[in-house]
Amino acid sequence: MTFIIANLCLTLVWAAVTGSFSPHNLVLGFAVGALSLALVRERLVAAFPAVRLLKLLLLTVVFFRELWLSAFKVAVVAVRRDMQLRPGIFAYPLALTRDFEITLLANMITLTPGTLSVDVSDDRKTLYVHALDCRDPAAERRGISTGFERLIREAFPL
Amino acid sequence: MSASSLLSFATLFALVSLSLGFLMTVVRIVRGPTLPDRVLGLDMLVAIAIGFISVVAIRSGFSLYIDIAIALSLVGFLATIAFARFILARGLPSQTVGRAERASGERKPKPDRAKRPARSKRGRAR
Amino acid sequence: MTSTQHDMAVAIIVSLLLIVGSVFCLLAALGVLRFPDLYTRMHAASKAGTIGSSLLLLAAGVHALDATILIRALAGFCFFVLTAPISAHLLAKAAHQAGYRLTNLSVTDQLPRDRHSSGR
Repeated sequence: MTFIIANLCLTLVWAAVTGSFSPHNLVLGFAVGALSLALVRERLVAAFPAVRLLKLLLLTVVFFRELWLSAFKVAVVAVRRDMQLRPGIFAYPLALTRDFEITLLANMITLTPGTLSVDVSDDRKTLYVHALDCRDPAAERRGISTGFERLIREAFPL
Repeated sequence: MSASSLLSFATLFALVSLSLGFLMTVVRIVRGPTLPDRVLGLDMLVAIAIGFISVVAIRSGFSLYIDIAIALSLVGFLATIAFARFILARGLPSQTVGRAERASGERKPKPDRAKRPARSKRGRAR
Repeated sequence: MTSTQHDMAVAIIVSLLLIVGSVFCLLAALGVLRFPDLYTRMHAASKAGTIGSSLLLLAAGVHALDATILIRALAGFCFFVLTAPISAHLLAKAAHQAGYRLTNLSVTDQLPRDRHSSGR
């Protein structure tokens, strides 16, 4: 089941990238998708997680707004004469457990204002985040846990 | 002002500011005190080159350039990852201990570092 | 709406995307030049640089006025937004593990440097 859904997604992506939705192209895309999935089939064991589509949409919207804000903020800092930087790396205790959630959170942290994820500890309990303004790590931690972490947990319920 | 003159002004502006950005990044690559700084500069250079290609696509009207931009971004991503693996494997060169990266006692972290279990098979082969 | 008005609207949207995108690229390059150390430079390159070139790509997609090309530009946009944080993350991790130091302005560094020797 997982295989077929992933293959259909790949077919759609193929059709979008090659720019044609004709039946021949769809069949070709399905074949290419099956071939590339066969290459990674031993990694493809987990079932798809439960998703709340509305929350996922909200997550996407919030993400793009934060991405825009972060680019703006970094640009403003770059042109300021006195940059007033207090950079540092702080540890963030993860409440999320599954790998794809941690990946999603790390990517989103990288594209939000002033923070950049550097590393995950081996036991997947701590995320190390570099911040441009690290005077108050507690506030940064609170911002992440009430922002993206809560949204991700709501979008992918256990 | 007609549509085409507005577009030609905007593309000219974009080309000029992208060229300035390109120059700044090249200065950083030439000056960059350490290897990761230069790799980051190359990453930035690829991003600016993608911007250039998009602007050229608008100016010339060939939308095929967009495919080239996507392919270039793929190549740039893979190049950055390869460089990151290289930096990780090489460690810190002892002779380039500068102002920004004053290492404590020029310790090389490579030999005593235990690999993660998932990567140990390939780690041995290196 | 007449065809010239339509052209004008598209031209205005494309010009806005072009100008904003190129200004972001310029400021990202300025940040890469001015920030004091690798990790802060990475902020500039991975955020402002990504947004800048994605907007330029989007401008090229809108300018073509063709759904397939626009979808292709959007695919490129998504690809760029997804890969930029990964490459920044990998580069920062590699540099930190290899032992490159943070700038002297830094206030904290809670990431242990040789935790791999005592890892699980």
